[in-house]
Amino acid sequence: MGDLTDSDLLAMYRQMLRMREFDERAAVLMEQARIHGSVHLYCGEEAVGVGVCQALNPDDYITSTHRGHGHLLAKGGDPVRMYAELYAKSTGYNRGKGGSMHLAALDLGMIGANGIVAAGAPIALGVAYASAYQENNRVTVCFFGDGASNEGAFHEAMNMASILKAPLVFVCENNGYGEWSTTESQTSVADIADRAAAYDMPGVIVDGMDVMAVYEAAEQAVGRARDGHGPTLIECKTYRFYDHVGRDFGVLQRDEAEIAEWRARDPILLFGRQLKEKGILTDKDAEHAAAEVQKEMEEAIATAEAEPDPVPEDLYRDVYTEGASA
Amino acid sequence: MTEMTMTGAINQAIDQEMARDTRVFVAGEDVRVGGPFGTEAGLLDKYGPKRVVNTAISELALTGLGVGAAAVGLRPIIEIMIMDFVTVAMDQIVNQMAKMKYMLGGQATLPIVVTTHAGIDSSSAAQHSGSLEAWFCHVPGLKVVMPSNAYDAKGLLAASIRDDNPVIFISNKRCMQTSGDVPEGDYLVPLGVADIKRPGKDVTLVVTGRMVLEGLEAASELAREGIEVEVIDPRTLSPLDFTTILESVRKTNRAVVAHEAVEFCGVGAEIAATISDRAFDDLDAPVKRVGAPFTPVPFAPMLEDIYRPDKDAIVRTVRELLTG
Repeated sequence: MGDLTDSDLLAMYRQMLRMREFDERAAVLMEQARIHGSVHLYCGEEAVGVGVCQALNPDDYITSTHRGHGHLLAKGGDPVRMYAELYAKSTGYNRGKGGSMHLAALDLGMIGANGIVAAGAPIALGVAYASAYQENNRVTVCFFGDGASNEGAFHEAMNMASILKAPLVFVCENNGYGEWSTTESQTSVADIADRAAAYDMPGVIVDGMDVMAVYEAAEQAVGRARDGHGPTLIECKTYRFYDHVGRDFGVLQRDEAEIAEWRARDPILLFGRQLKEKGILTDKDAEHAAAEVQKEMEEAIATAEAEPDPVPEDLYRDVYTEGASA
Repeated sequence: MTEMTMTGAINQAIDQEMARDTRVFVAGEDVRVGGPFGTEAGLLDKYGPKRVVNTAISELALTGLGVGAAAVGLRPIIEIMIMDFVTVAMDQIVNQMAKMKYMLGGQATLPIVVTTHAGIDSSSAAQHSGSLEAWFCHVPGLKVVMPSNAYDAKGLLAASIRDDNPVIFISNKRCMQTSGDVPEGDYLVPLGVADIKRPGKDVTLVVTGRMVLEGLEAASELAREGIEVEVIDPRTLSPLDFTTILESVRKTNRAVVAHEAVEFCGVGAEIAATISDRAFDDLDAPVKRVGAPFTPVPFAPMLEDIYRPDKDAIVRTVRELLTG
């Protein structure tokens, strides 16, 4: 499997399990009103986050979306601090000031989830431009959804990234739905990758349920960006196993057969099968990994739940940076 | 000291800050030709295209470029050519740069300056004449700066560039060609500190941007009638230096607030409310406001003349306040 070692592959498999387990539990916590606000679940899309981030160096950057828990885990996010943020605890990544939709860890190169669709694209452009400016050889990945590809911000950022030859990779997670409407009902093209042509950059379509396909496409695009040849648009065809918000918001009835068809191509099952065929993973290993991940997330929740709340003074903290450091 | 226009002073501030700190860069439409007002004149030759980024006519992406670059350690100056065009960039200004530090629990520091040009000038009509400063004063996380003259503009812009927060730096188009003495070297005019442009004992006049010039003319005219007007230019609208304003009102017992923006819900409303709240016992009369009427900016010169708040409106209001 390319340049990846068996241990890389097993780590990718485990990372996918962690993303799934994190969000399955987050969904339940939301339903039980134990955490605050709402969560947008990444379940079904794990191959994208894992495949893309496997192609990055630890000091590369990503911008994320409202459906961003998986992205932060892929960049090395600590589930305790992530759950702590969902619980609005002072030890959360955002000190309880952001919640699910604004999770960020700048020290991990995760510039932020975003509550505004497509807002990450212009920001990613700036981060990538800064890398060219600072000549630090870093690449930025902009994750966005199919819905974001209909926002002006996306098109402006694509155009400018192309002109500036920014070291940037646009990764579209096309999960078939923008909020509660089908992608097809709101998008002029069948393949969002076709939009790359308008900005004179390569547009690539990959099976977003196949982590290795995603990885290979990402590796090429990241290499191209790092070598100074500019941005690429990768469209990953994937599927949102659950609703726009939580597991079942109640306004959208999807065809059960459609869900079953995609569930049969669950990226974790698919990758597990590939690894077993290659003799890298056994059924027993898979069970063991699943159990470990369940334990990890269970403990993370217990730890996060017991963390301290913000104090009233935090209301006024971090509105401004005091003084001028320049 | 050299006599120069406010445009020249802004250009010198950008130049000196770019020379001083390699993290500072400027990005905007047509900056490669110096910008339509000349505020980036000569910078491309001196600093090259990496630091003088000529962008597409894409205000949203341009502003986002600033947000992203600042989040990872640069200090961008983002030029939005005309203030009305900020509407296109509002998400990146209001939802992203203003909130990012808070929303991320303090992780981000965003030293960004958005420079823009506002105000009524030469029949530019409703989409090129706006004074939208109040919108930004309403957003926690932003600072809002509005100079009225060349000296202040240079020092305030240098301070804005060195500030670790997002700053909206608004130059009034009709102030930009006015001249004044400006030191050649770099200096700072601190943000959040008002300046008493003319001392007086009878009325406090708080004026912003171009209305500072009108206010000073009004004060000269009124002085001939024996009315001593104290003219205060806040220079920074957020944070606002209420200390200087309230001290003045406690002395004069009367106040007029004037700006070029629409009067309704303008910055003047906040200043008037604060004076009434915190210096009520010192007031001999209600606080009066001068601002533009509640219409879009008209095109016809004769309508524009009626629309534009000016010296005469200030003189009239001060007289009413003293006799009424």
